[in-house]
Amino acid sequence: MTRENSFHGPLTDPAADAGHRDHPPRVGFFTDTSVCIGCKACEVACKEWNDVPEDGIDLLGMSFDNTGMLGASSWRHVAFVEQERPLGRQDAGLADLPVGPSGTEATTEVVADALEVAKRGGGDLGTAPVDLGFPSFGLPGAATGVESRTEFRWLMSSDVCKHCTHAGCLDVCPTGALFRTEFGTVVVQPDICNGCGYCVSGCPYGVIDRRPVDGRAWKCTMCYDRLRDGLEPACAKACPTDSIQFGPLDELRERADRRLAALHEAGVPEAQLYGRDPEDGVGGDGAFFLLLDDPEVYGLPPDPVVPTRDLVSIWKHVGLAASALVAASAAVFLRGGRR
Amino acid sequence: MGSNMAEAHPVGFQWVIEAKARGAKVIHIDPRFTRTSAHADQHVTIRAGTDIAFLGGVINHILGHDLDFREYVRAYTNASFLVNERFQDTEDLDGLFSGYDPHTAAYDASSWSYAGVTAQERPGDHAKETSEPYRHGAKGPFVEEGPGEMEADPTLEHPRCVFQVLKRHFARYTPEMVERICGVPQELFLDVCRAWTANSGRERTTALVYSVGWTQHSVGAQYIRAGSIVQLLLGNIGRPGGGIYALRGHASIQGSTDVPTLFNLLPGYLPMPDVAHEDLAGYLDTVRGPREKGFWGDADAYMVSLLKEYWGEAATAENDYCFDYMPRMNGDHGTYRTVMDMNDGKVFGYFLLGQNPAVGSAHGRLQRLGMANLDWLVVRDLAMIESASFWKDAPEVETGEIATERCRTEVFFFPAASHVEKAGTFTQTQRMLQWRDQAVAPSGDQRSELWFFYQLGLRLKERLAGSTDERDRPVQDLAWDYETEGDEPSASDVLRHMNGIDLRTGRTVDGYFDLKADGSTACGCWIYSGVYAGETNQARRRTPHTRTGPYDAEWGWTWPLNRRVLYNRASADPDGQPWSERKKLVWWDAEAGEWTGHDTPDFERTKPPHYQPAEGASGPDALSGSDAFIMMRDGKAWLFAPAGLADGPLPTHYEPHESPMRNLLYGQQANPVRKVYGRPDNPSNPAPPEAHGEVFPYVFTAARLTEHHTAGAMSRQLPYLAELQPALFVEVSPELAQERDLRHLEWAHVITSRTAVDARVVVTDRMAPLRVDDRVVHQVWMPYHWGTTGLTTGDVVNDLIGVVADPNVFIQESKVLTCDVRPGRRPRGPALLEYVADYRRRAGITPETGTRIATAGGHTERAHIESHDRPEDAS
Repeated sequence: MTRENSFHGPLTDPAADAGHRDHPPRVGFFTDTSVCIGCKACEVACKEWNDVPEDGIDLLGMSFDNTGMLGASSWRHVAFVEQERPLGRQDAGLADLPVGPSGTEATTEVVADALEVAKRGGGDLGTAPVDLGFPSFGLPGAATGVESRTEFRWLMSSDVCKHCTHAGCLDVCPTGALFRTEFGTVVVQPDICNGCGYCVSGCPYGVIDRRPVDGRAWKCTMCYDRLRDGLEPACAKACPTDSIQFGPLDELRERADRRLAALHEAGVPEAQLYGRDPEDGVGGDGAFFLLLDDPEVYGLPPDPVVPTRDLVSIWKHVGLAASALVAASAAVFLRGGRR
Repeated sequence: MGSNMAEAHPVGFQWVIEAKARGAKVIHIDPRFTRTSAHADQHVTIRAGTDIAFLGGVINHILGHDLDFREYVRAYTNASFLVNERFQDTEDLDGLFSGYDPHTAAYDASSWSYAGVTAQERPGDHAKETSEPYRHGAKGPFVEEGPGEMEADPTLEHPRCVFQVLKRHFARYTPEMVERICGVPQELFLDVCRAWTANSGRERTTALVYSVGWTQHSVGAQYIRAGSIVQLLLGNIGRPGGGIYALRGHASIQGSTDVPTLFNLLPGYLPMPDVAHEDLAGYLDTVRGPREKGFWGDADAYMVSLLKEYWGEAATAENDYCFDYMPRMNGDHGTYRTVMDMNDGKVFGYFLLGQNPAVGSAHGRLQRLGMANLDWLVVRDLAMIESASFWKDAPEVETGEIATERCRTEVFFFPAASHVEKAGTFTQTQRMLQWRDQAVAPSGDQRSELWFFYQLGLRLKERLAGSTDERDRPVQDLAWDYETEGDEPSASDVLRHMNGIDLRTGRTVDGYFDLKADGSTACGCWIYSGVYAGETNQARRRTPHTRTGPYDAEWGWTWPLNRRVLYNRASADPDGQPWSERKKLVWWDAEAGEWTGHDTPDFERTKPPHYQPAEGASGPDALSGSDAFIMMRDGKAWLFAPAGLADGPLPTHYEPHESPMRNLLYGQQANPVRKVYGRPDNPSNPAPPEAHGEVFPYVFTAARLTEHHTAGAMSRQLPYLAELQPALFVEVSPELAQERDLRHLEWAHVITSRTAVDARVVVTDRMAPLRVDDRVVHQVWMPYHWGTTGLTTGDVVNDLIGVVADPNVFIQESKVLTCDVRPGRRPRGPALLEYVADYRRRAGITPETGTRIATAGGHTERAHIESHDRPEDAS
């Protein structure tokens, strides 16, 4: 068994690692995007319960997504992805219709431009829109290549703070405003946060962000107050199709494995788990996902790494460098002493 | 079909997701790819307004390949009954049935009756004005004679038996014809046929879901008839996992038809009295036939109990239980007729409760101009809505048609309590009443509807207390004695009164079988009888299915008598045994001598399966042991409707009122009985055989988004919802975007002969053009939630839609029309009127456009033209 540490790799009990004794089991979210119907009830329930302000009544036109990204005032974000490929054995019924080329690439280009200038709470202070790297085309329908679209699928996915096993935001917070709860989740205390913004660059997912109004950092608390009262988080409670499932992380992982196997068997080989693996760059996520495509399609980083993963090696190098400096200085003084 | 369940009914859609997890296959047939399609195994893009052609194709496929559930069809439907010799089909008359009168655009349905039945000839025009078919909603209309002497051929081979009539009627609805009309490729269509039929029968059942995508058509009732025929042929009615699910548009729309807000119905689907009804006996004679079968035979008990509930002590046998106090109908008093009468200066006052017609009803312009022509208007809502502020911010203020300083309407705005601020029930689509307690007290002057009407009643009674005028007696005698909780009337006491009370004991009755026609019981809504059985609020029960089994028998209360599946006698075979172990629901327990099962049996509990009624029996006693459809007057489910529908005994494909296509099946273009209102202020876009349809070349359809609620009063005011769908948009395919030079997120405007509205463009692969009879048809979709108030504002999409209605139920055709789309914004102010008038000129539109509705057999008569006081350029 590998020796567990607080910086990277698997860690069975982050709450204990943070000093909680006799704590409840680690809880989390399993978001099964294959049953998400994109109703956005999670976004609304989250804002209602946590009193998160509205952050921009502007049409982004990113399919049905007008939230754009997670941020200081969007703790849940439902992404909508329109794609020219089939979903498992689903038939979009396009065969033999008089269709031309897909318009998705052209609209994506328009949206990317719009998103740059969209007023998004804290967006200008921290994370910039994720460039999904789609090529640009001119007028809709003017794309070259495929003559007519034959496949289509519409993916929906509710994103949230990952509550990492090794949380970059928490590790870099100089005030102690961010802390690890007894449930293994990561929470910001707004009365302690001084708005330094280190956490914003410390998050490998671009989740946590600052509100322009006072500069303090905000993100999903997994409804810490509800958890302490024995209630499930507001988003999971509101989700009509159980796309957002809440519970002890161990149970959720087993459930996710079963669901993944069932989907693979049902002819959806592209289904994959994201953030499930304790061996990944953040030691596994407290909020993980079943996706129907690669993570970058949903605006998720494919290989997130907590900045502290390299801490030991950094300090080793720093140590070496420091030793060298000390040695050099000593040599100077020694030399000087001879004079 | 006709339903975007995931978006409009997301909470109910959890059960579809659960069914999928258990292996169910989901097929979504819709003009566009929606959030529902995203979770369907099969999506089928269909041209809006052609569902009957598609379903007719399915019926033809079933009958042509002998795929019907023959034992079920023979036992429980009217397939074997013979149809009158005088009946002529649309196949014989180029799209018309026998009995059509082109001058009134109405049918005399007497030739549609069963053989051997001497039906009286009756012109259909009066019935058409009173939406008579709707009043038969729950029971089916007369079959004129007792069922005893019905001529039938159990072999289903007689050329005049319903089964053969049905077969001939749909014989030309071939896969090729479906492709040419609907734009659905043949292979795709056949895939759907194969899936539907393979998943039906003894061992399997298929559920059919529809919503307002089916109802809001000029031939909407027949859409549902077509779906019913498919489900009956396949044995999917009255059985677990089968059925037809009518998803309703609001939390309690089902409740508002059960206890109706409709001009032609009383609670429990009792018809509203008519000027022809001299007395109670005469009224009851038209509700129940002399020798008919079924539970409507007890209508006298339901009606007398209702009158006792209305007028209490004052209602006695001597005064006919105050039947003369009831208002009488003498014509069309539907909402659209009323709005036109407002425009014509015939209506002076108007109440709006939880409704925002300035945004939410078809032809918003007509609605606002009508409201601007009233003396007074009462609006009760959660927020200041467009229907209360139109006098200062309607689009017509900008065009100069409404001058604020001269608008005569006095508007009284009352703040309303929301659903969490008051107790009461919602009745959802499964007919389930669910009680909710008050969560918080209403703030400020907000009050419940119950408070408002109770107080209004008290004040009216006080005002009229000393009157000696006979016409004030109904109000003076009204029983208006509800218990109160604080200053609010008690909602549970109101529910008790709806349940019904035995006036001798003062206790609630246990069900409608306890109701009496002798004045000893009072009941506000007979079908709700049982909801307060045992003096207990059954709607408040909350035992989950995990403790009571899959039928949730103790969660809320479902009418009638807490039955979860209607007509569930059909889940057993004629011998009373389940069709299969896998699909068992209720069955005959011979030992105990009663019906039993997982659900409350929808049948007399101790009537054995082989029971034969005595000669001359009527009412429930006339039902045999295998008459599963106990509310129908012949005990059978109707494949062929021998009476009761204004527009034919069988569904027939008609093009929508506004269509880019000629009807490929018949000379008759559109529904020959649809209600048209040819008025200068209600122009129609031309449709073939009229010329100039090309001015409005695209098919338009409108619907809802998950993020907003209908006319937007409950969502545009809320930041958390407004930000999720922050602007009005129009969805177009990449192909149409190229054809009209429309660019994603830029502005465009959509034009009809009524007006033009602005919207942002959304170009998406979710929209796809169709090949319809060798031409490409583009469809355009818009959500309709926007208006001039709230955190997000926009043009009113319903302004694009004119008023033309289904003749059975008077629902407007708002799910399909034609339009043009142009890049950039529309003209503002008076220039908008000129811009739209120019479109009308180019399309040659006059008030007569669209009113020559009989296009078969050389008819050219106009149906309905009205002169108009206000001169308006519509030429």
